[in-house]
Amino acid sequence: MTASKKPKSDFKNPVVKWVDERLPIFTMMEKEYGAYPTPKNFNYLWNFGAIAMVMLMLMIATGIFLAMNYTPHIDMAFNSVERMTRDVNYGWLLRYLHMNGASFFFIAVYIHIYRGLYYGSYKKPRELLWIFGVLIFLLMMATAFMGYALPWSQMSGWGVNVITNLFSAIPFVGDSIVTWLWGGPAVGNPTLNRFYALHYLLPFVIFAVIFLHVWALHISGSGNPTGIEPKTEKDTVPFHPYYTIKDTFGLGVFMFIFMAVVFYAPLALTHSDHFKQFDSMVTPEHIVPEWYFLPFYAILKSFTSDITIPLTGYMFDNALVFTAKLQGVIAMFGSILILFVLPWLDTSPVRSARYRPLYRISVYLLLLSMIVLGYAGSQPAEGLMLTLSRLGTGYYFMHFIVIVPFLSKHEKTLPVPKSINDSVIQAKGSK
Amino acid sequence: MASDKKDEPKSRRDFLNLTAGAMGAVGIGSAVVPLIDSMNPAADTLAMSTTEVDISNIAVGETKVVKWQGKPVFIKHRTAEEIAEAKDINLDDLRDPQTDTERVQKEQWLVVIGICTHLGCIPQGNKSGQPKGDFEGWFCPCHGSHYDTSGRLRAGPAPKNLPVPPYSFLSDTLIRIG
Amino acid sequence: MINLYQKYFAIVLTALFVFTPVAVFASSDNSHHPMAQSWPHKETFGTYDKPSLQRGFQVYREVCAGCHSMNLLSYRNLAEIGFTADEIKAIAAEDNVMDGPNDEGEMFERPARPSDRFKAPFENEAQARFGNNGAYPPDLSLLVKARHGGEDYIFALLTGYDTPPAGETVRDGMYWNKYFKGNQIGMAPPLSSGLITYSNGKSASLEQSARDITQFLAWASEPNMEERKKMGLKVLLFLLVFSVIAYTAKRRIWAKIH
Repeated sequence: MTASKKPKSDFKNPVVKWVDERLPIFTMMEKEYGAYPTPKNFNYLWNFGAIAMVMLMLMIATGIFLAMNYTPHIDMAFNSVERMTRDVNYGWLLRYLHMNGASFFFIAVYIHIYRGLYYGSYKKPRELLWIFGVLIFLLMMATAFMGYALPWSQMSGWGVNVITNLFSAIPFVGDSIVTWLWGGPAVGNPTLNRFYALHYLLPFVIFAVIFLHVWALHISGSGNPTGIEPKTEKDTVPFHPYYTIKDTFGLGVFMFIFMAVVFYAPLALTHSDHFKQFDSMVTPEHIVPEWYFLPFYAILKSFTSDITIPLTGYMFDNALVFTAKLQGVIAMFGSILILFVLPWLDTSPVRSARYRPLYRISVYLLLLSMIVLGYAGSQPAEGLMLTLSRLGTGYYFMHFIVIVPFLSKHEKTLPVPKSINDSVIQAKGSK
Repeated sequence: MASDKKDEPKSRRDFLNLTAGAMGAVGIGSAVVPLIDSMNPAADTLAMSTTEVDISNIAVGETKVVKWQGKPVFIKHRTAEEIAEAKDINLDDLRDPQTDTERVQKEQWLVVIGICTHLGCIPQGNKSGQPKGDFEGWFCPCHGSHYDTSGRLRAGPAPKNLPVPPYSFLSDTLIRIG
Repeated sequence: MINLYQKYFAIVLTALFVFTPVAVFASSDNSHHPMAQSWPHKETFGTYDKPSLQRGFQVYREVCAGCHSMNLLSYRNLAEIGFTADEIKAIAAEDNVMDGPNDEGEMFERPARPSDRFKAPFENEAQARFGNNGAYPPDLSLLVKARHGGEDYIFALLTGYDTPPAGETVRDGMYWNKYFKGNQIGMAPPLSSGLITYSNGKSASLEQSARDITQFLAWASEPNMEERKKMGLKVLLFLLVFSVIAYTAKRRIWAKIH
């Protein structure tokens, strides 16, 4: 009979079975999160994708309820945030979860990204997976920045002012773009309103891109610390229960650290100027972004002198001036955009830094340069700090533009194990 | 080798998995509580609870509407006729039986929350020209409930009388609601 | 070979946690750095010193409230520092606040109720500046959170008035304070020894009243701290047990692999 074409479901629960025969979501979940063959040699760094996902859900959940108590108006925003902290039931908890949640979301994502860099997770056939990841990172940065504006504190208002002013570096149209971003001659109520609207929207866009990210992941399969693909069944385990339980444990530890901060040091990552209402007439003495932007802020600040290209009488009437401001802006955005092309900069056939002794050193130095940049970014751009910013910036770009392509061709790599299973047995043997 | 030691630790493993699962469920459950509770009235909202009203300028037969906790409160200065009408009633005829004396502190003053107990509309009858309903009190335009001069439901779909808010007379001409 | 990557992971994590919360401030003038004081509420599980908060409220009311508003606080909030409902009603009723308009369209004054916000000394910023020699006495509701150094800074500022060092002149209407940025502050020394007589009949020393007002302000800027710490303990204990169980389950599940 033709009825036999109807998809049959193996689920025992009649409701599940009924649904699954009509829309096979349970079959899909079983395939993608149950049986999904996963390399059996993940280390704990592979927890951070799942942790980041949980953080996003936590941010969306707390954010929705905070939004219910928030008033997006320049005269009321600051007090509405204070009111929710003081008077709304558990408002203080929601606010501190959301505030620190942003930081911990970034911690998880930074570890996730660095793991990708270290183990070459961006390489063929995972280029698109990586590109979606960088896109998520960019969207996260935009979302975090807009969220930072909402309490309308001194740090919010001046942060908005400074970062939107970056666009004024664009030649010819920069000032019009900035006015367009603000919706007026200065940062004001239209700015706050659009930031609120977009801050609410972007997390759902992130969610959609994560869907694509995970989809792409499940097409190519997960990478692993050896960087070699699974060959036989011996190399893999089903995702459930092996990695569900491992992720659960990792999440528990991560949440412990996160909650310790939320409940016992909720203001450790913030700044006293975040508790003064925005005053468009007074800039705080020392304006710094949140810690997760500091390395990029340092890159921005490390450019201080204009470059003049004498083109008089040729194309332009005057010399072309490549301003320090424009250099900084290009470098800052470039530092993230360069990640998009990383899969084509690194053409080494060996993925994992485990078997690439020189790449390993360089990628550690990259981490060091980010930490140095992060520290320098929190300091006034002068003297030693300026020098450090320039060194860090220099190394950052050198790593991607010079070292990585060079090592791709000339590095003498170590022998790669025959299979994932072999590497596991080897590691056990040497213990 | 995997199957050798399968039997013995299995029950223990199940127990652990079950515990971990149960704790996860409890954790998520408790995390939801603050989210839901944040939608309840906040402390400042709950604290704003009283309104004082000067009733000296409400003429006999007139009704004043004041706002209390965001809701309209009707303060009706009843005529002798209206008082008599409110008292002259068979309690068995009422859907929500209450005597007039249960509903007022001073019989010339009726204080009720002006929200129809059916689906929350504001009944008409405070101004001349508005329908007062069949019982000379209020008439709800939404679904046709009739209230009498004591604010009691007499006809229509509403289940209850107009509620009486907590109030007290601070003097003969001043009342505090809440 | 010991799991190298685990070691690196630890290094990375430590680095992240150590280096990220840096926010060091340049101090370019000759203002002193406030000395760290011990505050009971700043201990990990510490709570507010309620009697001190109540004394601090007295200091606020008798001294600070003349110039400084506390717009985010209501009289009802005083219940959290141990005042009874009747005491709060009496305290509120001492202030007259503006209400209205009444039936004639006029604004009128009435005694404050517990649900009202603390009465502000000035109508608006311009009036506040006019009455204070051009300086604006900041709102105190969030002061402890809104000042770098928090409690230590505020305590230092209140006790840091001094005669200017040789060679420095104080401008007209200004005062010399060791801890204020630029050292010239528009606020006259607000506290002095014996200025306040507490309800137990003792007159307060400068340090005592400065300590009390500082703690009161700390509470005002973070009134949910005690609830937060109490809940935190439960959450952390829960997560600890949860992680241990998850770890044990993980070990057991993974035992047959490798």
